[in-house]
Amino acid sequence: MPNRVAIVGIGQTYHKSKRPDVSQPEMVAEAVRAALADAQLSIQDVEAVFSANMETFEAIYLPDHGMAAEVGAFGKPGFKVNTGGTTGGSVVAEGFYMVASGLFDIAMVIGFEKQDCGDTTAAITAAVTPIWGKGAATGAIGEFAKQALSYIETSGATEEHAAMIRLKADRNACRNPYAHLKLGLKSVDEILQSAYLVWPLRILDFCPQSCGACALIFASEQRAKKITKKPVWIADVEVVHQEPFRAGVFGDPTGKETYTQHVACERLYKRNGISNPRKDIDMAEIYEPSNWEEMNLYEHFHFCEKGEGWKLIEKGITEIEGEFPVNCSGGVIATNPIGATPVIRVAEAALQIRGDAGEHQAPKDIKTAIATALGGPNWTVLVLLKRSL
Amino acid sequence: MSTVTEKLEGMDVWLYHGQIYIPNTYSAGAVGSKFLIELRDRKRIVGTRCPTCNRVYVPARSICKDCYSQLDEWVEVSNKGTLLTYTVCNQQNAIQPVEAPIVYGIIQLDGADTGFVHLLGEVDPEQLKVGMRVQAVFKKEREASILDIKYFKPLV
Repeated sequence: MPNRVAIVGIGQTYHKSKRPDVSQPEMVAEAVRAALADAQLSIQDVEAVFSANMETFEAIYLPDHGMAAEVGAFGKPGFKVNTGGTTGGSVVAEGFYMVASGLFDIAMVIGFEKQDCGDTTAAITAAVTPIWGKGAATGAIGEFAKQALSYIETSGATEEHAAMIRLKADRNACRNPYAHLKLGLKSVDEILQSAYLVWPLRILDFCPQSCGACALIFASEQRAKKITKKPVWIADVEVVHQEPFRAGVFGDPTGKETYTQHVACERLYKRNGISNPRKDIDMAEIYEPSNWEEMNLYEHFHFCEKGEGWKLIEKGITEIEGEFPVNCSGGVIATNPIGATPVIRVAEAALQIRGDAGEHQAPKDIKTAIATALGGPNWTVLVLLKRSL
Repeated sequence: MSTVTEKLEGMDVWLYHGQIYIPNTYSAGAVGSKFLIELRDRKRIVGTRCPTCNRVYVPARSICKDCYSQLDEWVEVSNKGTLLTYTVCNQQNAIQPVEAPIVYGIIQLDGADTGFVHLLGEVDPEQLKVGMRVQAVFKKEREASILDIKYFKPLV
Protein backbone atom coordinates (compact mmCIF):
# COMPACT_ATOMS: atom_id res chain seq x y z
CA MET A 1 0.00 0.00 0.00
CA PRO A 2 1.33 3.44 -0.84
CA ASN A 3 1.61 6.01 1.93
CA ARG A 4 -1.18 8.56 2.17
CA VAL A 5 -0.52 11.89 0.49
CA ALA A 6 -2.27 15.20 1.12
CA ILE A 7 -2.27 18.57 -0.56
CA VAL A 8 -1.23 21.06 2.14
CA GLY A 9 -0.43 24.15 0.09
CA ILE A 10 -2.07 25.72 -2.97
CA GLY A 11 -0.80 28.74 -4.89
CA GLN A 12 -1.41 30.21 -8.30
CA THR A 13 -0.67 33.39 -10.20
CA TYR A 14 -3.36 35.44 -11.85
CA HIS A 15 -3.58 34.57 -15.54
CA LYS A 16 -3.26 36.87 -18.54
CA SER A 17 -2.36 36.80 -22.23
CA LYS A 18 0.83 38.73 -21.61
CA ARG A 19 3.06 39.24 -18.55
CA PRO A 20 5.85 41.55 -19.77
CA ASP A 21 6.27 42.81 -16.21
CA VAL A 22 7.95 39.57 -15.14
CA SER A 23 10.42 37.10 -16.58
CA GLN A 24 9.40 33.46 -16.72
CA PRO A 25 11.25 32.64 -13.45
CA GLU A 26 9.77 35.67 -11.69
CA MET A 27 6.26 34.66 -12.75
CA VAL A 28 6.67 31.09 -11.51
CA ALA A 29 8.04 32.37 -8.18
CA GLU A 30 4.71 34.13 -7.57
CA ALA A 31 2.91 30.77 -7.49
CA VAL A 32 5.61 29.15 -5.37
CA ARG A 33 5.42 31.92 -2.78
CA ALA A 34 1.62 31.72 -2.74
CA ALA A 35 1.73 27.95 -2.12
CA LEU A 36 4.31 28.33 0.67
CA ALA A 37 2.20 31.07 2.28
CA ASP A 38 -0.92 28.91 2.02
CA ALA A 39 0.87 26.01 3.74
CA GLN A 40 2.68 28.33 6.16
CA LEU A 41 5.90 26.54 5.26
CA SER A 42 9.30 27.88 4.26
CA ILE A 43 11.09 26.69 1.16
CA GLN A 44 13.59 24.92 3.45
CA ASP A 45 10.76 22.59 4.51
CA VAL A 46 10.28 21.41 0.91
CA GLU A 47 12.47 18.38 0.20
CA ALA A 48 11.99 18.03 -3.54
CA VAL A 49 10.65 20.19 -6.37
CA PHE A 50 9.07 18.81 -9.53
CA SER A 51 8.07 21.08 -12.39
CA ALA A 52 5.99 20.88 -15.55
CA ASN A 53 6.23 22.94 -18.71
CA MET A 54 5.98 22.45 -22.46
CA GLU A 55 9.31 24.01 -23.22
CA THR A 56 8.99 24.22 -26.99
CA PHE A 57 5.94 26.43 -26.49
CA GLU A 58 8.13 29.21 -25.10
CA ALA A 59 11.05 28.63 -27.45
CA ILE A 60 13.35 28.33 -24.44
CA TYR A 61 15.66 25.39 -23.89
CA LEU A 62 15.28 23.82 -20.42
CA PRO A 63 13.50 26.73 -18.73
CA ASP A 64 13.52 24.90 -15.39
CA HIS A 65 17.31 25.22 -15.26
CA GLY A 66 17.08 29.00 -15.37
CA MET A 67 14.66 29.23 -12.46
CA ALA A 68 16.13 26.89 -9.86
CA ALA A 69 16.62 29.83 -7.48
CA GLU A 70 13.22 31.38 -8.09
CA VAL A 71 11.26 28.18 -7.51
CA GLY A 72 13.32 27.06 -4.53
CA ALA A 73 14.72 24.02 -6.33
CA PHE A 74 18.39 24.89 -5.85
CA GLY A 75 20.25 22.03 -4.19
CA LYS A 76 17.20 19.77 -4.16
CA PRO A 77 16.11 16.63 -5.99
CA GLY A 78 13.43 16.85 -8.64
CA PHE A 79 13.10 17.27 -12.38
CA LYS A 80 10.80 18.65 -15.02
CA VAL A 81 8.23 16.60 -16.91
CA ASN A 82 6.86 17.36 -20.33
CA THR A 83 3.99 15.27 -21.71
CA GLY A 84 1.96 17.73 -23.80
CA GLY A 85 -1.38 18.93 -22.51
CA THR A 86 -1.19 16.47 -19.63
CA THR A 87 2.16 17.88 -18.50
CA GLY A 88 0.63 19.40 -15.36
CA GLY A 89 -1.24 16.16 -14.64
CA SER A 90 1.96 14.21 -15.03
CA VAL A 91 3.72 16.40 -12.47
CA VAL A 92 0.87 15.91 -9.99
CA ALA A 93 1.19 12.15 -10.55
CA GLU A 94 4.96 12.44 -10.14
CA GLY A 95 4.70 14.34 -6.84
CA PHE A 96 2.10 11.86 -5.61
CA TYR A 97 4.32 8.87 -6.47
CA MET A 98 7.28 10.47 -4.73
CA VAL A 99 5.49 11.15 -1.45
CA ALA A 100 3.38 7.96 -1.61
CA SER A 101 6.59 5.96 -1.98
CA GLY A 102 7.89 7.33 1.30
CA LEU A 103 11.00 8.81 -0.32
CA PHE A 104 9.92 12.35 0.53
CA ASP A 105 7.68 13.80 3.24
CA ILE A 106 7.15 17.18 1.63
CA ALA A 107 7.35 17.81 -2.11
CA MET A 108 6.27 20.66 -4.32
CA VAL A 109 4.90 20.36 -7.84
CA ILE A 110 4.79 23.36 -10.15
CA GLY A 111 3.17 23.81 -13.54
CA PHE A 112 3.91 26.87 -15.63
CA GLU A 113 3.61 28.33 -19.09
CA LYS A 114 4.40 31.84 -20.24
CA GLN A 115 2.77 31.83 -23.62
CA ASP A 116 3.74 35.40 -24.45
CA CYS A 117 7.29 34.03 -24.96
CA GLY A 118 6.64 31.78 -27.91
CA ASP A 119 4.08 30.49 -30.34
CA THR A 120 2.35 27.34 -29.14
CA THR A 121 0.63 26.54 -32.41
CA ALA A 122 3.88 27.09 -34.32
CA ALA A 123 5.60 24.65 -31.97
CA ILE A 124 2.87 22.03 -32.26
CA THR A 125 2.71 22.25 -36.03
CA ALA A 126 6.42 22.79 -36.77
CA ALA A 127 7.86 20.14 -34.49
CA VAL A 128 5.46 17.37 -35.53
CA THR A 129 6.88 14.12 -36.85
CA PRO A 130 7.25 14.62 -40.61
CA ILE A 131 6.66 10.96 -41.38
CA TRP A 132 2.89 10.96 -40.76
CA GLY A 133 2.22 14.57 -39.84
CA LYS A 134 3.87 16.43 -42.68
CA GLY A 135 1.53 19.12 -43.89
CA ALA A 136 -1.35 17.72 -41.81
CA ALA A 137 -0.73 19.29 -38.40
CA THR A 138 -3.45 21.80 -37.61
CA GLY A 139 -2.63 22.63 -34.01
CA ALA A 140 -5.21 22.33 -31.27
CA ILE A 141 -7.91 24.36 -33.01
CA GLY A 142 -8.12 21.97 -35.95
CA GLU A 143 -8.14 18.95 -33.66
CA PHE A 144 -11.03 20.28 -31.61
CA ALA A 145 -12.96 21.45 -34.68
CA LYS A 146 -12.82 17.83 -35.86
CA GLN A 147 -13.93 16.70 -32.41
CA ALA A 148 -16.84 19.17 -32.40
CA LEU A 149 -18.00 17.93 -35.79
CA SER A 150 -17.79 14.29 -34.70
CA TYR A 151 -19.71 15.16 -31.56
CA ILE A 152 -22.48 16.92 -33.46
CA GLU A 153 -22.77 13.96 -35.81
CA THR A 154 -22.90 11.29 -33.13
CA SER A 155 -24.71 12.91 -30.19
CA GLY A 156 -27.34 15.20 -31.62
CA ALA A 157 -25.97 18.17 -29.65
CA THR A 158 -26.56 21.61 -31.13
CA GLU A 159 -24.59 24.83 -31.11
CA GLU A 160 -27.01 26.08 -28.45
CA HIS A 161 -25.75 23.37 -26.09
CA ALA A 162 -22.15 24.37 -26.73
CA ALA A 163 -23.13 27.97 -26.02
CA MET A 164 -24.77 26.96 -22.73
CA ILE A 165 -21.50 25.33 -21.66
CA ARG A 166 -19.61 28.49 -22.64
CA LEU A 167 -22.01 30.65 -20.67
CA LYS A 168 -21.58 28.44 -17.59
CA ALA A 169 -17.78 28.69 -17.90
CA ASP A 170 -17.85 32.47 -18.15
CA ARG A 171 -20.24 32.93 -15.24
CA ASN A 172 -17.90 30.83 -13.10
CA ALA A 173 -14.74 32.53 -14.39
CA CYS A 174 -16.19 35.92 -13.53
CA ARG A 175 -16.39 34.73 -9.90
CA ASN A 176 -12.81 33.40 -9.89
CA PRO A 177 -10.18 36.06 -9.07
CA TYR A 178 -7.45 34.08 -10.86
CA ALA A 179 -9.31 33.36 -14.13
CA HIS A 180 -8.02 34.83 -17.39
CA LEU A 181 -11.02 35.47 -19.65
CA LYS A 182 -13.89 37.10 -17.77
CA LEU A 183 -16.16 38.20 -20.57
CA GLY A 184 -19.39 38.94 -18.75
CA LEU A 185 -21.35 36.95 -21.34
CA LYS A 186 -25.08 37.44 -20.93
CA SER A 187 -26.80 34.98 -23.21
CA VAL A 188 -26.59 31.97 -25.49
CA ASP A 189 -27.47 34.25 -28.42
CA GLU A 190 -24.46 36.45 -27.71
CA ILE A 191 -22.19 33.40 -27.94
CA LEU A 192 -23.86 32.22 -31.14
CA GLN A 193 -22.87 35.51 -32.75
CA SER A 194 -19.19 34.85 -32.11
CA ALA A 195 -17.27 34.33 -35.37
CA TYR A 196 -16.11 30.88 -36.43
CA LEU A 197 -12.43 30.12 -35.97
CA VAL A 198 -12.97 26.98 -38.03
CA TRP A 199 -16.52 25.72 -38.36
CA PRO A 200 -18.10 24.51 -36.14
CA LEU A 201 -15.68 25.98 -33.58
CA ARG A 202 -16.29 29.63 -32.72
CA ILE A 203 -13.78 32.01 -31.15
CA LEU A 204 -15.77 31.79 -27.92
CA ASP A 205 -15.75 27.99 -28.17
CA PHE A 206 -12.02 27.75 -27.62
CA CYS A 207 -9.52 28.35 -24.81
CA PRO A 208 -7.18 31.36 -24.71
CA GLN A 209 -3.38 31.32 -24.53
CA SER A 210 -2.54 32.29 -20.97
CA CYS A 211 0.55 33.07 -18.95
CA GLY A 212 0.51 31.65 -15.46
CA ALA A 213 1.76 29.16 -12.92
CA CYS A 214 0.32 26.97 -10.19
CA ALA A 215 2.16 25.25 -7.34
CA LEU A 216 0.97 22.57 -4.93
CA ILE A 217 2.69 21.26 -1.83
CA PHE A 218 2.19 17.57 -1.03
CA ALA A 219 2.87 16.04 2.38
CA SER A 220 2.91 12.61 3.91
CA GLU A 221 0.10 11.77 6.34
CA GLN A 222 2.11 12.40 9.48
CA ARG A 223 3.41 15.76 8.30
CA ALA A 224 0.16 16.85 6.66
CA LYS A 225 -1.79 16.65 9.89
CA LYS A 226 0.75 18.92 11.60
CA ILE A 227 0.84 21.42 8.74
CA THR A 228 -2.86 22.03 8.20
CA LYS A 229 -6.29 21.45 9.67
CA LYS A 230 -7.65 21.06 6.15
CA PRO A 231 -5.52 18.54 4.27
CA VAL A 232 -6.98 17.43 0.95
CA TRP A 233 -6.15 13.78 0.39
CA ILE A 234 -5.05 12.48 -2.97
CA ALA A 235 -7.09 9.29 -2.85
CA ASP A 236 -5.84 7.98 -6.18
CA VAL A 237 -4.15 8.90 -9.45
CA GLU A 238 -4.46 7.20 -12.82
CA VAL A 239 -2.44 7.90 -15.96
CA VAL A 240 -3.22 6.46 -19.39
CA HIS A 241 -1.15 7.30 -22.44
CA GLN A 242 -1.43 6.26 -26.05
CA GLU A 243 -0.23 7.15 -29.52
CA PRO A 244 -2.31 9.20 -31.93
CA PHE A 245 -4.94 7.34 -33.88
CA ARG A 246 -5.79 8.32 -37.40
CA ALA A 247 -9.55 8.50 -37.11
CA GLY A 248 -9.50 11.71 -35.11
CA VAL A 249 -7.85 12.04 -31.77
CA PHE A 250 -10.59 13.59 -29.64
CA GLY A 251 -13.60 12.33 -31.54
CA ASP A 252 -13.72 8.98 -33.27
CA PRO A 253 -16.04 8.67 -36.27
CA THR A 254 -15.06 5.02 -36.78
CA GLY A 255 -16.45 4.09 -33.38
CA LYS A 256 -13.70 1.51 -33.06
CA GLU A 257 -11.05 3.31 -31.01
CA THR A 258 -10.31 2.85 -27.33
CA TYR A 259 -10.42 6.12 -25.44
CA THR A 260 -7.87 6.64 -22.71
CA GLN A 261 -10.61 8.20 -20.58
CA HIS A 262 -12.49 4.90 -20.55
CA VAL A 263 -9.40 2.93 -19.58
CA ALA A 264 -8.48 5.44 -16.87
CA CYS A 265 -12.00 5.61 -15.43
CA GLU A 266 -12.43 1.86 -15.41
CA ARG A 267 -9.30 1.45 -13.31
CA LEU A 268 -9.79 4.44 -11.00
CA TYR A 269 -13.50 3.92 -10.39
CA LYS A 270 -13.03 0.22 -9.72
CA ARG A 271 -10.20 0.77 -7.25
CA ASN A 272 -12.22 3.36 -5.37
CA GLY A 273 -15.62 1.68 -5.37
CA ILE A 274 -17.19 4.27 -7.63
CA SER A 275 -20.17 2.77 -9.42
CA ASN A 276 -22.07 5.96 -10.18
CA PRO A 277 -19.54 8.76 -10.58
CA ARG A 278 -22.18 11.52 -10.48
CA LYS A 279 -23.35 10.29 -7.07
CA ASP A 280 -20.09 9.01 -5.65
CA ILE A 281 -18.12 12.12 -6.64
CA ASP A 282 -19.36 15.61 -5.72
CA MET A 283 -17.81 17.76 -8.46
CA ALA A 284 -15.27 17.71 -11.28
CA GLU A 285 -12.58 20.02 -12.61
CA ILE A 286 -11.96 18.76 -16.12
CA TYR A 287 -9.50 19.78 -18.84
CA GLU A 288 -11.80 21.02 -21.61
CA PRO A 289 -10.01 23.06 -24.27
CA SER A 290 -13.42 23.68 -25.85
CA ASN A 291 -17.06 23.61 -24.77
CA TRP A 292 -17.72 20.84 -27.31
CA GLU A 293 -15.04 18.68 -25.73
CA GLU A 294 -16.57 19.30 -22.30
CA MET A 295 -19.80 17.58 -23.40
CA ASN A 296 -17.76 14.76 -24.93
CA LEU A 297 -15.83 14.33 -21.67
CA TYR A 298 -19.03 14.12 -19.61
CA GLU A 299 -19.72 10.96 -21.57
CA HIS A 300 -16.18 9.59 -21.49
CA PHE A 301 -15.98 10.01 -17.71
CA HIS A 302 -19.40 8.32 -17.36
CA PHE A 303 -21.07 11.35 -15.81
CA CYS A 304 -23.92 10.38 -18.17
CA GLU A 305 -24.75 7.86 -20.86
CA LYS A 306 -23.17 8.01 -24.30
CA GLY A 307 -24.66 10.68 -26.52
CA GLU A 308 -26.22 12.50 -23.59
CA GLY A 309 -23.49 14.91 -22.52
CA TRP A 310 -25.45 17.88 -23.80
CA LYS A 311 -28.44 16.92 -21.65
CA LEU A 312 -26.40 17.64 -18.50
CA ILE A 313 -26.01 21.29 -19.41
CA GLU A 314 -29.57 21.50 -20.74
CA LYS A 315 -30.80 20.42 -17.30
CA GLY A 316 -28.32 22.65 -15.45
CA ILE A 317 -26.77 19.65 -13.71
CA THR A 318 -23.17 20.83 -14.21
CA GLU A 319 -23.79 24.47 -13.25
CA ILE A 320 -22.10 25.67 -10.05
CA GLU A 321 -25.45 25.41 -8.24
CA GLY A 322 -26.27 22.12 -9.96
CA GLU A 323 -26.37 18.56 -8.77
CA PHE A 324 -22.87 17.84 -10.16
CA PRO A 325 -20.86 21.04 -10.71
CA VAL A 326 -18.17 20.90 -13.40
CA ASN A 327 -15.43 23.52 -13.55
CA CYS A 328 -16.55 25.98 -10.90
CA SER A 329 -13.28 27.79 -11.68
CA GLY A 330 -14.37 28.67 -15.21
CA GLY A 331 -12.21 25.89 -16.59
CA VAL A 332 -9.69 25.74 -19.37
CA ILE A 333 -11.87 27.60 -21.85
CA ALA A 334 -11.36 30.65 -19.59
CA THR A 335 -7.74 30.04 -18.54
CA ASN A 336 -5.08 27.93 -20.24
CA PRO A 337 -1.44 28.31 -19.19
CA ILE A 338 -0.76 24.85 -20.62
CA GLY A 339 1.84 23.34 -18.26
CA ALA A 340 -0.07 24.82 -15.31
CA THR A 341 -3.57 23.97 -16.54
CA PRO A 342 -3.95 20.46 -15.07
CA VAL A 343 -2.27 21.58 -11.84
CA ILE A 344 -4.93 24.31 -11.61
CA ARG A 345 -7.64 21.66 -12.06
CA VAL A 346 -6.28 19.83 -9.00
CA ALA A 347 -5.81 23.09 -7.10
CA GLU A 348 -9.35 24.25 -7.81
CA ALA A 349 -10.86 20.87 -6.92
CA ALA A 350 -8.87 20.92 -3.67
CA LEU A 351 -10.10 24.45 -2.86
CA GLN A 352 -13.67 23.22 -3.32
CA ILE A 353 -13.05 20.38 -0.85
CA ARG A 354 -11.48 22.80 1.63
CA GLY A 355 -14.39 25.19 1.17
CA ASP A 356 -11.88 27.90 0.31
CA ALA A 357 -12.91 28.72 -3.27
CA GLY A 358 -14.55 31.98 -2.25
CA GLU A 359 -17.07 33.37 -4.70
CA HIS A 360 -16.83 30.35 -6.97
CA GLN A 361 -17.37 27.84 -4.14
CA ALA A 362 -20.12 25.39 -5.08
CA PRO A 363 -23.09 25.67 -2.70
CA LYS A 364 -23.20 21.90 -2.13
CA ASP A 365 -20.76 20.30 0.30
CA ILE A 366 -17.83 18.94 -1.73
CA LYS A 367 -16.23 15.97 -0.02
CA THR A 368 -14.92 14.15 -3.09
CA ALA A 369 -13.76 15.68 -6.36
CA ILE A 370 -12.09 14.52 -9.54
CA ALA A 371 -9.56 16.54 -11.53
CA THR A 372 -8.59 15.53 -15.04
CA ALA A 373 -5.96 16.30 -17.63
CA LEU A 374 -6.05 15.83 -21.38
CA GLY A 375 -3.50 16.43 -24.07
CA GLY A 376 -1.29 15.29 -26.89
CA PRO A 377 -2.93 12.39 -28.69
CA ASN A 378 -5.71 12.34 -26.08
CA TRP A 379 -3.75 11.21 -23.06
CA THR A 380 -5.57 11.16 -19.74
CA VAL A 381 -4.61 11.80 -16.14
CA LEU A 382 -7.20 11.47 -13.37
CA VAL A 383 -6.73 12.67 -9.79
CA LEU A 384 -9.28 11.71 -7.15
CA LEU A 385 -9.37 14.01 -4.12
CA LYS A 386 -11.13 13.54 -0.78
CA ARG A 387 -11.67 15.47 2.41
CA SER A 388 -11.19 12.32 4.45
CA LEU A 389 -9.87 8.90 3.58
CA MET B 1 7.85 23.40 -41.95
CA SER B 2 9.89 23.10 -45.08
CA THR B 3 11.49 19.74 -45.62
CA VAL B 4 13.65 18.12 -48.22
CA THR B 5 13.29 14.39 -48.57
CA GLU B 6 16.02 12.01 -49.52
CA LYS B 7 16.33 8.35 -50.36
CA LEU B 8 19.42 7.19 -48.52
CA GLU B 9 21.98 5.73 -50.92
CA GLY B 10 22.33 1.98 -50.56
CA MET B 11 19.56 1.62 -47.96
CA ASP B 12 15.81 1.33 -48.25
CA VAL B 13 15.13 4.25 -45.95
CA TRP B 14 13.73 7.70 -46.47
CA LEU B 15 15.03 10.84 -44.74
CA TYR B 16 13.49 14.25 -44.09
CA HIS B 17 15.73 17.29 -43.74
CA GLY B 18 14.08 20.42 -42.36
CA GLN B 19 14.31 23.55 -40.28
CA ILE B 20 11.93 24.51 -37.52
CA TYR B 21 10.81 28.10 -37.21
CA ILE B 22 9.28 29.17 -33.89
CA PRO B 23 8.80 32.89 -33.27
CA ASN B 24 9.55 34.05 -29.75
CA THR B 25 9.52 37.04 -27.43
CA TYR B 26 11.19 37.00 -24.05
CA SER B 27 10.58 39.45 -21.23
CA ALA B 28 13.63 40.28 -19.15
CA GLY B 29 11.17 40.87 -16.33
CA ALA B 30 11.46 43.24 -13.40
CA VAL B 31 15.02 42.51 -12.30
CA GLY B 32 16.55 41.73 -15.69
CA SER B 33 15.07 44.87 -17.23
CA LYS B 34 16.51 47.11 -14.51
CA PHE B 35 19.93 45.53 -15.02
CA LEU B 36 19.77 46.11 -18.78
CA ILE B 37 18.46 49.67 -18.52
CA GLU B 38 21.33 50.56 -16.16
CA LEU B 39 23.75 49.19 -18.77
CA ARG B 40 22.15 51.13 -21.59
CA ASP B 41 21.54 54.48 -19.91
CA ARG B 42 24.34 54.75 -17.37
CA LYS B 43 26.96 52.21 -18.39
CA ARG B 44 26.59 50.82 -14.88
CA ILE B 45 26.79 47.15 -13.93
CA VAL B 46 24.39 46.47 -11.09
CA GLY B 47 23.58 43.52 -8.91
CA THR B 48 21.33 42.60 -6.03
CA ARG B 49 22.47 41.93 -2.49
CA CYS B 50 20.96 39.19 -0.34
CA PRO B 51 19.94 40.68 3.02
CA THR B 52 20.45 37.31 4.73
CA CYS B 53 23.70 35.96 3.28
CA ASN B 54 25.09 39.31 2.09
CA ARG B 55 25.97 37.73 -1.28
CA VAL B 56 25.95 40.16 -4.24
CA TYR B 57 24.54 38.61 -7.42
CA VAL B 58 25.77 39.96 -10.77
CA PRO B 59 23.88 39.81 -13.06
CA ALA B 60 21.08 40.70 -10.67
CA ARG B 61 18.68 38.00 -9.54
CA SER B 62 15.29 38.37 -7.87
CA ILE B 63 15.76 35.56 -5.36
CA CYS B 64 18.76 34.16 -3.46
CA LYS B 65 19.30 30.57 -4.50
CA ASP B 66 20.62 29.61 -1.07
CA CYS B 67 18.14 31.17 1.33
CA TYR B 68 15.19 32.12 -0.95
CA SER B 69 15.24 35.75 0.25
CA GLN B 70 13.62 38.29 -2.05
CA LEU B 71 16.44 40.50 -3.33
CA ASP B 72 15.40 44.15 -3.36
CA GLU B 73 18.66 45.92 -2.54
CA TRP B 74 20.43 47.13 -5.66
CA VAL B 75 24.16 47.73 -5.65
CA GLU B 76 26.48 49.04 -8.32
CA VAL B 77 29.61 46.98 -8.76
CA SER B 78 32.84 47.98 -10.46
CA ASN B 79 33.29 47.61 -14.21
CA LYS B 80 36.68 46.11 -13.34
CA GLY B 81 37.21 42.56 -12.23
CA THR B 82 39.33 39.43 -12.20
CA LEU B 83 39.33 36.74 -14.86
CA LEU B 84 38.43 33.45 -13.14
CA THR B 85 38.59 31.20 -16.20
CA TYR B 86 38.32 31.40 -19.97
CA THR B 87 38.09 29.50 -23.21
CA VAL B 88 38.91 30.31 -26.82
CA CYS B 89 36.60 29.37 -29.66
CA ASN B 90 38.27 29.16 -33.06
CA GLN B 91 35.32 28.04 -35.16
CA GLN B 92 32.73 30.56 -36.23
CA ASN B 93 29.01 29.82 -35.76
CA ALA B 94 26.11 31.91 -37.04
CA ILE B 95 24.75 32.58 -33.55
CA GLN B 96 27.98 34.09 -32.22
CA PRO B 97 28.11 37.87 -32.12
CA VAL B 98 31.78 38.36 -33.09
CA GLU B 99 34.32 36.76 -35.37
CA ALA B 100 36.66 33.97 -34.32
CA PRO B 101 38.84 33.63 -32.41
CA ILE B 102 36.26 34.32 -29.72
CA VAL B 103 37.40 34.51 -26.12
CA TYR B 104 34.84 33.74 -23.44
CA GLY B 105 35.63 34.49 -19.83
CA ILE B 106 34.08 34.25 -16.39
CA ILE B 107 34.84 37.45 -14.58
CA GLN B 108 34.34 38.27 -10.93
CA LEU B 109 33.63 41.99 -10.86
CA ASP B 110 34.94 43.94 -7.88
CA GLY B 111 32.09 44.04 -5.37
CA ALA B 112 30.32 40.94 -6.75
CA ASP B 113 30.29 37.46 -5.26
CA THR B 114 29.39 35.67 -8.48
CA GLY B 115 31.05 34.98 -11.80
CA PHE B 116 29.89 37.00 -14.83
CA VAL B 117 30.06 35.30 -18.23
CA HIS B 118 31.09 37.53 -21.11
CA LEU B 119 33.46 38.07 -24.03
CA LEU B 120 37.06 39.23 -23.84
CA GLY B 121 38.55 41.55 -26.43
CA GLU B 122 41.70 43.51 -27.28
CA VAL B 123 43.62 40.51 -26.09
CA ASP B 124 45.93 38.02 -27.76
CA PRO B 125 44.63 34.56 -26.72
CA GLU B 126 48.26 33.66 -25.95
CA GLN B 127 48.36 36.41 -23.31
CA LEU B 128 45.32 35.15 -21.38
CA LYS B 129 45.93 34.24 -17.77
CA VAL B 130 43.63 33.24 -14.95
CA GLY B 131 43.73 36.00 -12.38
CA MET B 132 44.38 38.78 -14.87
CA ARG B 133 42.59 42.07 -14.28
CA VAL B 134 40.02 43.14 -16.89
CA GLN B 135 37.70 46.09 -17.49
CA ALA B 136 34.37 46.41 -19.33
CA VAL B 137 34.33 48.24 -22.66
CA PHE B 138 30.86 49.59 -23.47
CA LYS B 139 29.42 49.97 -26.95
CA LYS B 140 28.70 53.50 -28.15
CA GLU B 141 25.21 52.56 -29.37
CA ARG B 142 23.52 50.65 -26.58
CA GLU B 143 20.16 48.87 -26.76
CA ALA B 144 19.63 47.36 -23.31
CA SER B 145 21.36 44.11 -24.22
CA ILE B 146 23.97 42.12 -22.35
CA LEU B 147 26.11 42.89 -25.43
CA ASP B 148 25.97 46.62 -24.56
CA ILE B 149 29.18 45.53 -22.89
CA LYS B 150 31.25 45.00 -26.02
CA TYR B 151 33.77 42.88 -24.13
CA PHE B 152 36.19 42.96 -21.22
CA LYS B 153 39.76 44.05 -22.04
CA PRO B 154 42.89 43.47 -20.02
CA LEU B 155 43.81 46.28 -17.63
CA VAL B 156 47.30 47.51 -18.34
